[in-house]
Amino acid sequence: MIAGALDTKSRLAAILFSIAAAVVLGGLVVGLTGANPVSVYLEIAKGAVLGRGLDETLARSVPLVGMALAAAIALRAGLVNLGGDGQMLIGGLAAALVALYLPVPGAARAVLALAAAICAGGLYAWLAAILQLNLGIPFLIASLLFSYIARGLTSYLVRYPLRDPATGMPETYRVASGARLPAHIFDLPVSMAMVIMVVVAVVVVVNDRSGVNGFEWRMTGLNARFAQYSGVDLSRQTQRVAFLSGAMAGLVGALLILGQQYRFTDGALLAPGYTWSGLMAAVLAMASPIATIVTSVFFAALQVGGFSMERALGLPAVLTWVLQALIILCLAARPILFRKR
Amino acid sequence: MLNMLLSQVLDLMTPVLLAAMAGALCERAGVFNIALEGKMLVGAFVAVATSVAFGSPVLAVLSAVLCTAIFASPLALGGARLGGDPIVIGIGLNLLASGLTTYLLGAIFGVTGTLVDPSVTALPRFGFAALADVPVLGAILGHNALVYLSWLLVLVFNIYLFRTPWGLRLRGIGEVPSAAAAMGANVSRYQTAIVILAGGLCGLAGAQLALGSVALFAENMTAGRGWIAVVAVMLGRAHPLGIALACLGFGLADAVGLRLQGQGLPNQITDIAPYAITLLAMIGLGLRVMKKKTKSV
Repeated sequence: MIAGALDTKSRLAAILFSIAAAVVLGGLVVGLTGANPVSVYLEIAKGAVLGRGLDETLARSVPLVGMALAAAIALRAGLVNLGGDGQMLIGGLAAALVALYLPVPGAARAVLALAAAICAGGLYAWLAAILQLNLGIPFLIASLLFSYIARGLTSYLVRYPLRDPATGMPETYRVASGARLPAHIFDLPVSMAMVIMVVVAVVVVVNDRSGVNGFEWRMTGLNARFAQYSGVDLSRQTQRVAFLSGAMAGLVGALLILGQQYRFTDGALLAPGYTWSGLMAAVLAMASPIATIVTSVFFAALQVGGFSMERALGLPAVLTWVLQALIILCLAARPILFRKR
Repeated sequence: MLNMLLSQVLDLMTPVLLAAMAGALCERAGVFNIALEGKMLVGAFVAVATSVAFGSPVLAVLSAVLCTAIFASPLALGGARLGGDPIVIGIGLNLLASGLTTYLLGAIFGVTGTLVDPSVTALPRFGFAALADVPVLGAILGHNALVYLSWLLVLVFNIYLFRTPWGLRLRGIGEVPSAAAAMGANVSRYQTAIVILAGGLCGLAGAQLALGSVALFAENMTAGRGWIAVVAVMLGRAHPLGIALACLGFGLADAVGLRLQGQGLPNQITDIAPYAITLLAMIGLGLRVMKKKTKSV
């Protein structure tokens, strides 16, 4: 069901139905807590696009699309990666370490930092795949447990050995300006992180549509045994897919560190919940990369609108998180409502 | 000293044990339940919210059980009945629980982070001051009713699963649903009932988490315990006694971690301990299974 054997039209119908049903259910929650659902939704919609809303939505889309694609790459091949948080942290830390301590000139440092993040995030996810393949520990569980370990480990490292004592916060030193990713390219409102994410997203989409890899992954996601009979080496494929999924998460960590936060602060990468929003966007899109990009930009807009709603009405912005979860549940419940008799 | 540690272990393992029992029943019925984390969180929230409203611990536990059972119904209806993917529903429920409890915390109580209220009191403990210093016995006495209920449930489920016709039917449904259906068992009705019952158990787990040792609700206070319960089901092979043992190990890791924290070890390191130990236990089990396999070949 995750990888979805539906055709494009019924997939679109399913997505729109889920969103509509979630809006109604979310409206009930809002109404029960004594607020007016119509004005809440109006504020969310306005906040997402008006004023600085559009810029913020675009900025938030970069990490969210990345984490959603990380989830989608795995889902497409039948793997559920719940360890995106850990892979993002390990990737972000690797990027910060290289950008801070590797003695090479600025721009090369940024490139190497990105490469280090991709490798570190990928290897961290690959480790979980190895546990599934050799010891029968489900990837879903192993990747999640690794996340908790990464959280404790990075938290310890930035609080003690890597800490910048000059700030009162648990964080590393600031990355030198030469090794950062520019926030504007040619004075345009386009950041380097955005450009990188667009390029990566295009590669993922093209590979999915016309690459041999993409075809084999999709086949495995739909029917692993069939894929194996057709000559796909499932073990190698699982390792590769897990690595790429983790590499994507690691890249997101690096883009956030080098392009936005400029240092590794304990908790800062995970606070916005990109991993879980991304996972929900990928599930909603039934793991199709193009649809995943659309749904994750939609979720980014929803979240930005939520913050604006919180400022205007004083209701918790986490309401948009509730809406995202309701959308997924309505999607999963849809077959029950529309079953063929 | 040893008594205090053991007593702490028994307190810490209880929410995980209750949730793992829920997971085990679902596993036996053939429903992969990864929503334990979210359901426990809902149970904890409802227990504290009810305490604030009515000030009664008994009512708090009952409403936690009831509301969590209702919260589990999407998994019961969607996952067990018709074609819904239990993993997707489980992920959805976990995230809904995290979002909804945080939202309601702000929208109803105007609080972010932690809800403490004088009307929220911890569940009463059965203390026997005279026996508190007797080794082992002193540690076993002096807990609240939910701790003892969790032990009772381990025995009850053990008998239910392996000594009663209903348990046999349940295991049959989980292992070969088509055969069970041919024997006349209503597979989806059984699964629905079990998932809802498991929801109620997670409500108990949440109530114990919020009202057992502490008396408060904090955002995402389950902090992965529901996932540890999922792993405990795997480690214990969905056998109540095996699971109890796995949970005991987890409680020990948690309690020792807390002790070491008191000795000055950074809590970031001790926080890892339960997850690292569960992972190592899974790896150990996996290696043993692999060895057996290569021997038999």
